[in-house]
Amino acid sequence: MTRKLQESGLTKAQLRVVYAQILRSRRLDERMLQLQRTGKTSFHTSGQGQEIGQAGMAMAFEPGKDYYLPYYRDMTAFMLFGITAKEILMDSFGRYDGPSGHGLQMPNHYAAKRVKAVSQSSTVASQYPVATGIAYGAKLENSDRVTLVTTGDGSTGEGEFHEALNFAGVAKLPVVFVIENNGYAISTPHNEEYAAKSLALRGQGYGIPGVDVDGLDFTATYLAFKEAVTRARKGDGATLINLHVLRMQDHTSDDNQRIYRSKAELAEVKAADPLKTITQQVLDEGIYTQAELADLEKQLKKDINVATDQAEAAPLPDLSVLSQNVFAPVDKESGIYGNN
Amino acid sequence: MATIDYLQALNQALDEELAQDDTLTVFGEDVGAPKGGVFNVTQGLAEKYGDLRVFNTPLSEAEIAGLAIGLGVSGHHAVAEFQFADYILPATNQIISEAARMRYRSQGDWSAPVVFRAPYGGGVGGGFYHSQSTEKVFVGQPGLRVVTPSTVRDAKGLLKSAIRCADPVLFFEHKRLYHSIKTDIDPDEEILTPIDKAQVLRQGTDITVMSYGITLQYVLQAAEELAKSGIQTEVVDIRSLYPLDEATIVAAAKKTGKVLLVNEDNKEGGVLGEISAIISEQALFDLDAPIKRLAGPDSPAMPYAKNLEQAFLVQPDQVKQAMQELAEF
Repeated sequence: MTRKLQESGLTKAQLRVVYAQILRSRRLDERMLQLQRTGKTSFHTSGQGQEIGQAGMAMAFEPGKDYYLPYYRDMTAFMLFGITAKEILMDSFGRYDGPSGHGLQMPNHYAAKRVKAVSQSSTVASQYPVATGIAYGAKLENSDRVTLVTTGDGSTGEGEFHEALNFAGVAKLPVVFVIENNGYAISTPHNEEYAAKSLALRGQGYGIPGVDVDGLDFTATYLAFKEAVTRARKGDGATLINLHVLRMQDHTSDDNQRIYRSKAELAEVKAADPLKTITQQVLDEGIYTQAELADLEKQLKKDINVATDQAEAAPLPDLSVLSQNVFAPVDKESGIYGNN
Repeated sequence: MATIDYLQALNQALDEELAQDDTLTVFGEDVGAPKGGVFNVTQGLAEKYGDLRVFNTPLSEAEIAGLAIGLGVSGHHAVAEFQFADYILPATNQIISEAARMRYRSQGDWSAPVVFRAPYGGGVGGGFYHSQSTEKVFVGQPGLRVVTPSTVRDAKGLLKSAIRCADPVLFFEHKRLYHSIKTDIDPDEEILTPIDKAQVLRQGTDITVMSYGITLQYVLQAAEELAKSGIQTEVVDIRSLYPLDEATIVAAAKKTGKVLLVNEDNKEGGVLGEISAIISEQALFDLDAPIKRLAGPDSPAMPYAKNLEQAFLVQPDQVKQAMQELAEF
C-alpha cells in the first residue's frame, strides 16, 4: 500500500510544490522527447517513472548547503533543487546559458554551481568516488553538510561504485549513495547485471546500511532519505539506498525498448505509472482539487511553451568557448599559477 | 644551507604546503602514519598534521583519484599518491574523464586543483609493473598538466607550485633520482618552480639535448665530459611534459641546429615525438641535422632479468655516443 502523502510530515504547501514539480517534470520530459523527435535537439534521456522517487529523495536535502552529484535521469530532483524548465531546455538546445554544460555537455548531464550540483561525465558511476571526496571535505570543515550521489542499477557493476562505497565505509563519510533501480541497463535486464537478491545488500559488504525503498511511494521514499540524511549529518556515516523505480520510456531517444521488453511488460509499466498514483493521492488528501489540477496543467503547458521558446532563442556558445577554460587563467601577479 | 636529496625535497615541499594551506590533504596507499609511503616521501607528515589530513587509503586507485577530485571540487587541495606510476592506470578514468575535463565542461563553474603523484622509472629490478614510464598515457589531455622534476630544487619547487596550481597536475617522480641526486638548499627559501616552463640547465653552441628524468643526468654528465673535447652542449630539462613549453624548445633547437631528444620511455608515441613535431613545424630551416631520438625500445615494458632490464634502459654511454655523433654530423 502506498503511504499517505501527509504521513511524510511535510506541510500541505510543501506537498503542493512537490506535486507541481513532479507534474512539471513529466510534461517537460514529454516536451524534450518531442523536441528530439522533431530534430530541434539531438538527444534526450527520459526520467519518466522515476519522478516520485526523485521527489521524495530531493525533499530530504537542503539545496545550496548539501552537495548533489546527479545522474542523467535526475531531472525531477534537479528541479526540486531549484533549477527551472528554461535552464534545462537551454542545456538541451546546447545554449551557453544552460547551467549544466554551457553548450558543451550533452543534454541531461545535470549540474548547476548555484545549487552545488556538480558537473558529471557520461562514464557511469565515476561520480561516486568524487562524491566521497566532497563528503571527506565536510569532515575537514567540521560541517554537517551531506553529499547526495545517484546512479542507475547498471552502474553498480562498475569498479568505481564499489571503491567509493568501501572508502565511505572505512572513513564513515556523510554521503547518501543512491541506486535508482529501474531494472534495466539499457536493454540488459537486472538478472544479467547482478545475482544478488537486492543491490541494497551491497551496503552491508562495505559496512554501511543498505536499504530497499519503494520509489513509487513518495512518503516511504522521503522518510527513508530523511533517516539517511539525519544519520549522515550526525556523523554516523553513509547509507546506500536502492530506490526501486520504473523506466517507462526507452533508455534514451536513440533506443527502442520494444525490441527487448514485451508488450505485456510495457502495458504493466504504463498501468503502474506513479504519476497516476500520486495524482489520485493529492486529490484524495485534499492537496489539490480537480479544478486546481486542471488549472495547473494549463499553467504548466503555457510555462513550458514559453520556456521552450526562450531557450531556443538563447544564443549558442561563442566560438571562443572552444578553447576557453581548458586550463585556469594565468595569474598576472605570479605569471604562472592559476588563481584558485 | 642543508644538503638534501630529491626525496627529502619532495617531503619538504609537502611539509611546507601542509603548514601554509589548511585545506591541503595528502593521502594514498601507506601514505599515513607510521609508514609514510613505501618510498618514505610522506614520512612524518601524519604525525605532524594529523590523521585527518595525512592518511592511508585502501588499495583503490580510482577511489584515490576521485577522492582528490571531490576535495578539489569542494574547495580543498589534495595530493594523492599512487604507489607506483604503473598502478595509476586503474585511475585513468577519474584523471582523464573527471579531473582533466572538469573545468572545461563546466566552463569554470567547477575545477579540480589537485596533484596526483606517481613514482616512475626503471632500473630497480621491478619488472614490468614497478618500472614503467606511464607519462605518454596522460600527455595530450588538454586540461591536465603533466610535469616531472629532474633536479632536487625542482622536486621541491615544482611540487609546491603544482599544489598551488588551479589545474589538476600529474606529477611524475623518477624513483632512481630519489636518493641519487643531492643539492644544497636554504630551508628558509620559498622555492616555486614555474609549472609550464622548460629549463635550460646548460648553455652550449654545438648541439642541443632535451631530456627529463634519470636520462637527463646522463646528458649533463656527458655534456661535461664532451666539453673537454670542445663540444658545447645546450641542455634543456623539459620538465613540463604537457603542455610543452614550445618557446624554450624551439629557441634551444634553433640555437645549435642539432637536436637530440632522450627519455627512458618507449621511443614511439611518447613525449619525444611531440617535441620533434614542434621543432619540425617551427624550426625546420634552422636545423643542420635530422632530429634524433634516443629512447627505450618499443617493447611493452621493462623485463625483470638483469640483462634485459639493462638492455631496455638508455645507458649513459649511449647518450654520450649519440651526442658525439650529432656533434660530428
